[in-house]
Amino acid sequence: MSLTVSVEGIWKSYGGHDVLRGVNYSFNPERIYALMGPNGSGKTTLLRVLSLLETADRGEVIYTDGTTAPLEHNIALRRRITLLLSSTGLFNASVMKNASYGLSIRGIRGDEARERAFGALSLVGLGEMERQNALTLSSGEAQRLAMARAIAHEPEVLFLDEPTASVDIENTQAIEGVILGMKGTRSIILSTHNEAQARRLADVVLYLRDGLIMEG
Amino acid sequence: MDFLADALKRALLLLVSPDSELIGIISLSLGVSGSAVALATLFALPLASALALKRFPLRGVVLSIMNTFMGLPPVVVGLTVYIIFSMNGPLGVLELLYTPYVMVIAQFLLALPIVTAISHSAIVGVDPAVSDAARTLGATPSQRAFTIIKEARYGILSAVMAALGMVMAEVGAVLIVGGNIRGYTRVMTTTIALEADKGDFELAIALGIVLLGISLIINSVLYHLQRKGERP
Repeated sequence: MSLTVSVEGIWKSYGGHDVLRGVNYSFNPERIYALMGPNGSGKTTLLRVLSLLETADRGEVIYTDGTTAPLEHNIALRRRITLLLSSTGLFNASVMKNASYGLSIRGIRGDEARERAFGALSLVGLGEMERQNALTLSSGEAQRLAMARAIAHEPEVLFLDEPTASVDIENTQAIEGVILGMKGTRSIILSTHNEAQARRLADVVLYLRDGLIMEG
Repeated sequence: MDFLADALKRALLLLVSPDSELIGIISLSLGVSGSAVALATLFALPLASALALKRFPLRGVVLSIMNTFMGLPPVVVGLTVYIIFSMNGPLGVLELLYTPYVMVIAQFLLALPIVTAISHSAIVGVDPAVSDAARTLGATPSQRAFTIIKEARYGILSAVMAALGMVMAEVGAVLIVGGNIRGYTRVMTTTIALEADKGDFELAIALGIVLLGISLIINSVLYHLQRKGERP
């Protein structure tokens, strides 16, 4: 059964300011959703809540994995989803070590991990750079590596927080190519400021306004 | 000034063809300080990690103590350890006073706050995005902690090297608890102090050059580690 996610009445505030004001939405499986909205509209917050990186003040994030444990402590569920952060958070290690991180923490090591990580790196065009230290990459390459690291362990639901922010056209095309290549294989929810990009990539474009989701 | 030039010449000759006493002193210094720092690292690393990554009662107090104790005067540590291990002290029964073991304990106490405080800063200084990334990729809390500590490895190694440099150069603690016994507890710094006092500069200068060399190596390694640990 495909893993699906929905939110019911999600509220989240920072410093007394309500960023999300009772968000309700059901994301269908294996579709690509683009979240749009101005800076501060709550796109990143919603992705962090959906990916269980943060807990909502009120409301529920519901995954159809059949478990009842508190979601934020559910490692088994966490390992089926991944959020690609806008700040890449790459490790001070080789490109290969970064790409295979998600696999190694799942106990997948050796040739299998190397093969799968190399496959993800090749998808983003970094196969030749596997030995290079990740911190020496350009910002575009770093973003592509973060994307490879996020998909190497093949999450069922992938959240992408502005995956092409601050990268050039060439890198944007490479990342968009990877996203389109995953179309129909998993649920992808991405945030973007770029309307044209949202239309190019997504099956459904959503707008966050006044802390609520609206379909475009 | 002739006597200084002469002493320097004889010191250099001694370094070129070292006698067993010189080798013994250098070996003991490296053994005592190396063991003390290794032991301190063993305790400091979990402590620094807990201070950086966990919230628990008295955390701030422990951190303040570690930061304050970074500047502990070696003679005070030496005196404290001396009292504890003296015949009438609480651990006098162990009869460790004037042995290399008690010198290791004294230097361990000097190294522990240094390794803890600097390692804590290194772990706290890791980009929070690294922790978030590990979490979103599915790391368990312990895997995430390990990832953060690994990311701080160059800072932690710097802490170890800084502590080694400090304890290798201290004289007060080892002199008080070790007693500067020839061939048994005499280390480089206590030998330099003794030989200079006697006006016999040959061995003192030779050991001074060795200490300077070790200090140079430690600082070079420290500089290299700090460069490697910097994020571009």
